Amino acid sequence: MSAQAQPNSFRTGPDERGHFGQFGGRFVAETLMPNILELEKAYNEAKNDPAFHADMEYFSKHYIGRPSPLYFAERMTEHLREVSTASGLSGGAKIYFKREELNHTGAHKVNNVLGQILLARRMGKKRIIAETGAGQHGVATATLCARFGLECIVYMGAVDVERQKPNVFRMNMLGAKVVPVQSGTRTLKDAMNEALRDWVTNVADTFYCIGTVAGPHPYPAMVRDFQCVIGEETRKQMMEAEGRLPDSLVACIGGGSNAIGLFHPFLDDTGVEIYGVEAAGHGLDKLHAASLTGGRPGVLHGNRTYLLMNHDGQIDDAHSISAGLDYPGIGPEHAWLHEMGRVTYISATDEEALEAFQLCARLEGILPALEPSHALAKVVELAPQKPKDHLMVVNISGRGDKDLFQIAEHLGNKIA
Amino acid sequence: MTKRIEARFEQCRAEGRAALVTYVMAGDPDPETSLAILKSLPKAGADIVEFGLPFTDPMADGPAIQAAGLRALKVGQDTVKTLDLVRRFRAEDQDTPVILMGYFNPIFVYGVDRFLADARQAGVDGLIVVDLPPEEDDELCLPALQAGLAFIRLATPTTDDKRLPAVLANTAGFVYYVSITGITGAATPDFGKVASAVERIKHHTPLPVVVGFGVKSGAHAAAVAQGADGVVVGSALIDALKGTLDEQGRATSRSVDAVTTLVKELSEGVRSVAKRTAA
Repeated sequence: MSAQAQPNSFRTGPDERGHFGQFGGRFVAETLMPNILELEKAYNEAKNDPAFHADMEYFSKHYIGRPSPLYFAERMTEHLREVSTASGLSGGAKIYFKREELNHTGAHKVNNVLGQILLARRMGKKRIIAETGAGQHGVATATLCARFGLECIVYMGAVDVERQKPNVFRMNMLGAKVVPVQSGTRTLKDAMNEALRDWVTNVADTFYCIGTVAGPHPYPAMVRDFQCVIGEETRKQMMEAEGRLPDSLVACIGGGSNAIGLFHPFLDDTGVEIYGVEAAGHGLDKLHAASLTGGRPGVLHGNRTYLLMNHDGQIDDAHSISAGLDYPGIGPEHAWLHEMGRVTYISATDEEALEAFQLCARLEGILPALEPSHALAKVVELAPQKPKDHLMVVNISGRGDKDLFQIAEHLGNKIA
Repeated sequence: MTKRIEARFEQCRAEGRAALVTYVMAGDPDPETSLAILKSLPKAGADIVEFGLPFTDPMADGPAIQAAGLRALKVGQDTVKTLDLVRRFRAEDQDTPVILMGYFNPIFVYGVDRFLADARQAGVDGLIVVDLPPEEDDELCLPALQAGLAFIRLATPTTDDKRLPAVLANTAGFVYYVSITGITGAATPDFGKVASAVERIKHHTPLPVVVGFGVKSGAHAAAVAQGADGVVVGSALIDALKGTLDEQGRATSRSVDAVTTLVKELSEGVRSVAKRTAA
């Protein structure tokens, strides 16, 4: 869709009311409004404070381990060139992995959590709550809370607690309290409802550390800003490696924070093709989690965005093999970029992600999480169609250790 | 604007008492039972009835109202059917104000203009939409006022004097003071603090101020009625209904009575507090 007038820049949003075009906004209960305004003010102050940036840089380097490498995936490249040749194209893009899985705690989530926890400290908030799906955001939040001596409560759908047991144990070891959420569909969206209910009850001392680029303004913009380090580093690293910008970017999307972090610094480089990969679950005609491909605009969790829902605006169950993508919505900025036609949103099924996971493990010696395995599944499709001098970057947003039990089960080998 | 809300508060003032506002969920546990309950409420002493629009993700509601919404959705309740129930209620009762309360998404998806026209036509008097703060007034509040429906705003303990004028600016009908920072049906408020909060709000508006969240019994209702112009009860009524449902969550012969029995107690509580008639 590109019917709408193109803006001069894709990087100036949101407006002062938190809108990206028709998306975003602040759809929350009155009880939370003063908190959200307080957060916005505190974030704007921090953004302009060199001391805040100095803290971010220090902990990014020494605690998270940034910058994460931009790695030339040589064997994956060779393999997909063979695929290209076999199909008579003799092309095959040169593939780079942005190694966010090497961050402390094993995913990109920690970039955002570091920013929010430093902000919570500035604001004097001592009690941190978070929602989590796959558990990566919960683990990152529990980790930073341990580091800074803050109380941490993580809401997690009871279904996700079951399928992401290693991460639940990790959070417990880090001193966080994990609350299994039994309401609704007992997955990520219900965890977010429960976190909002907690926040409404404990407004005075509590900071809600949202894990993705969704929720009421200023969260989508703030979380994006904290994740933009991914794309900023990629830009610099690609210039060093190849002397030019990449030709395409690929990232998976649940709420969309790893994707916007990679994409945003390149949005105005119109020569760079950008692909967001949603979770097609069992298939787009069956249960899935592809909000842009299969949804419509609606209002949930504080913002207007694309949602999976029925005729009456009741939110549908999402499904993905990956708990981190199992959400019936998407960040509002992605909804806008979709309508503007700047980013191409495609989807990968559970099966495609599992295949890409195995391919990556054998060819590169890297176990990606199931979430970026969706992005890899589309790299496998896209790369052979591109010429050999095409530079393609895929964000390996998390590592697969947390998924091993579940993958084993799908492949028919129970691990003891 | 419809005149029913104003007329009803005038009537209560003339009787020297606070109004009793009751909340039940449309379609819980099935459409016919919820209509029977709605019809029984004014007879049991309710002055204003709130009818909940079910939603899958009620972020400001506690377990009782969450479960009520899911029961209603399970039997296929939707916005079209809810407006139809209001129409049938209105055919028999032309005086009791009906307020629809819920979340924005089902209304947004129905289409704001179409929803307002259909709601007005069905006999709805006002709307309470939890996830629309004044910052989003363009979405529904202003169009609702234009269409002649009261948009009733929630004020909360976190709404300070600086923010109150914005919250009250486009509100109509009455102001709903949320007695606690929290979700519906949770903690019981400190009634002393509630009274001073009501007084604070009344400095800013001539509208009636009603108080809800955490009111469970006739004694609570009486305590709130001391200072407020009205008392809202929701989760307690839904709990009373839930206690009568069978194992499959279906209504039984006791369902309607269980709700009306509690409404009578609440009504007696409200009526036990004599207030000065309005000057």
